[in-house]
Amino acid sequence: MDLLMSLWEWLGENLVVIQILIKIVIIVAPLMLCVAYFTYAERKIIGYMQVRIGPNRVGPKGWLQPIADAVKLMFKEIIIPSGANKTLFLIAPVLTLGPALAAWAVFPFGDGLVLSNINAGLLYLIALTSVGVYGVIISGWASNSKYSFLGAMRSAAQIVSYEIAMGFALVGVLVAAGSLNLGEIVRAQEGDGGLFNWFWLPLFPLFLIYFISGVAETNRAPFDVAEGESEIVAGFHVEYSGMPFAVFFLGEYANMILVSALTALLFLGGWLSPFNGWPLLGAMFDWVPGIVWLFLKTAFVGFFFLWLRATFPRYRYDQIMRLGWKVFIPITIVWIMVIGLAVVFEMPWWFD
Amino acid sequence: MTFELFVFYVFAAILVFAATMVITRKNPVHSALFLVLAFFTSAGIWLLAEAEFLAIVLVLVYVGAVMVLFLFVVMMLDIDIATMRAGFVKNLPLAILIAVAMLVEIFLVVGSGNFGLDQFAAPSPLPSDYNNTASLGSVLYTEYMYPFEIAAVILLVAIIAAIGLTMRKRPETKYQDPSKQVRVKKGDDRISVLKMDAED
Repeated sequence: MDLLMSLWEWLGENLVVIQILIKIVIIVAPLMLCVAYFTYAERKIIGYMQVRIGPNRVGPKGWLQPIADAVKLMFKEIIIPSGANKTLFLIAPVLTLGPALAAWAVFPFGDGLVLSNINAGLLYLIALTSVGVYGVIISGWASNSKYSFLGAMRSAAQIVSYEIAMGFALVGVLVAAGSLNLGEIVRAQEGDGGLFNWFWLPLFPLFLIYFISGVAETNRAPFDVAEGESEIVAGFHVEYSGMPFAVFFLGEYANMILVSALTALLFLGGWLSPFNGWPLLGAMFDWVPGIVWLFLKTAFVGFFFLWLRATFPRYRYDQIMRLGWKVFIPITIVWIMVIGLAVVFEMPWWFD
Repeated sequence: MTFELFVFYVFAAILVFAATMVITRKNPVHSALFLVLAFFTSAGIWLLAEAEFLAIVLVLVYVGAVMVLFLFVVMMLDIDIATMRAGFVKNLPLAILIAVAMLVEIFLVVGSGNFGLDQFAAPSPLPSDYNNTASLGSVLYTEYMYPFEIAAVILLVAIIAAIGLTMRKRPETKYQDPSKQVRVKKGDDRISVLKMDAED
């Protein structure tokens, strides 16, 4: 152990690049595992919601199903449609997955447990999530298929619209926390009230809007008009097969985990214990590491993604646009004003 | 050569390459995508200049929003490249003249005579806890308050004008009024019972 620690320090002094690469692997490898088992969780949970068992053949209770799926997709043939733009066709899935992974660079997993502790972390996140739309647009155009193109156009309009509501919701968080650094935002939610100190309570409308916009940004049901299997088959990735399709899939689920984790971080206190400062429970749960709380909160929010998918019918396109522009954006603007006043007048409990 | 200088040259090379591709590619979608690459690399160069707020906002606004809409429009257009190319040779001398004039003008303003290191010494590197975003915000809302607000109002006017110009009433379009939908009540609003005589 000592030898490992001294090796680590030596790396930090001499080969920082190697040290950073190791850190990235430590973040990305469990993330990929989470993505794989999130798909399994989705199939199981939706299965039970629809009174069936879900995958249960591969491995005990179906636990090896995601591995089998991954192996299957890896060995499938990659079909490139005639008339497709080959370079862009293959770049598009990477452009979907890349931003979803790059966003984790500024994500704090605990107090000081972050790959890159930058000042403008929140801004970086908004910028990266807005770049993710290129994968969808480029794939739709490069596939040279009408269905793909329709899906891409729908998705582009939807993502651009909901990005604004999402950005405004994050402005509310930034006003409340007084910092763009994600670690600072979590520390601003610390207090003796435990979970009542977190931002979900004073920023409740923004919390809901952020989550719903997140669902829309990731093109998940009930906002999945970009895929809309009953209308345009599978939307932008209809021409994809094998590994490029798998990369799209990974990107979608990595984005869902990212939105869940960010909701947990920005509104549900990140790594903080929900019982922090409570008379009896606070001491009882003191030993739980912060990353466990973060994981539980992320899983809690992630469950809502699956729940929504199993419950709601697909939104109609004009209703999606109406919800984004005429409902969410006005609410966020009003609530930013409310929060601004609360911060200026140092409203007790949260902002004093 | 320091590492930063190396990174700068790499980014600069990509930027020049992407910018050249923007104006030489035949397919407008490719041009737009190379423009995205150009924005991205210039954001990288701004990061090197310790202007992280501007760099991230460049990606957020131009790459994340403006170029998406550009692509949206360009992909929908059915551009006939032959007609677009027609008159290229005829207009070439005039275009070259304008391009050279612009180049000279740009050089006169930002050339080495006005901006070299002897005119402005290289700023000393800022400490690692320096917050570019916070300092930019405090300057913007104190020293440059009025210019900032005037710019905001001009933008707002432009937005309203753009909407006003493109808005058109189409009476034949059918649409739903959600506020009427939610106000619907049980009974008369939903069904109407008609009384009619029984027919044989």
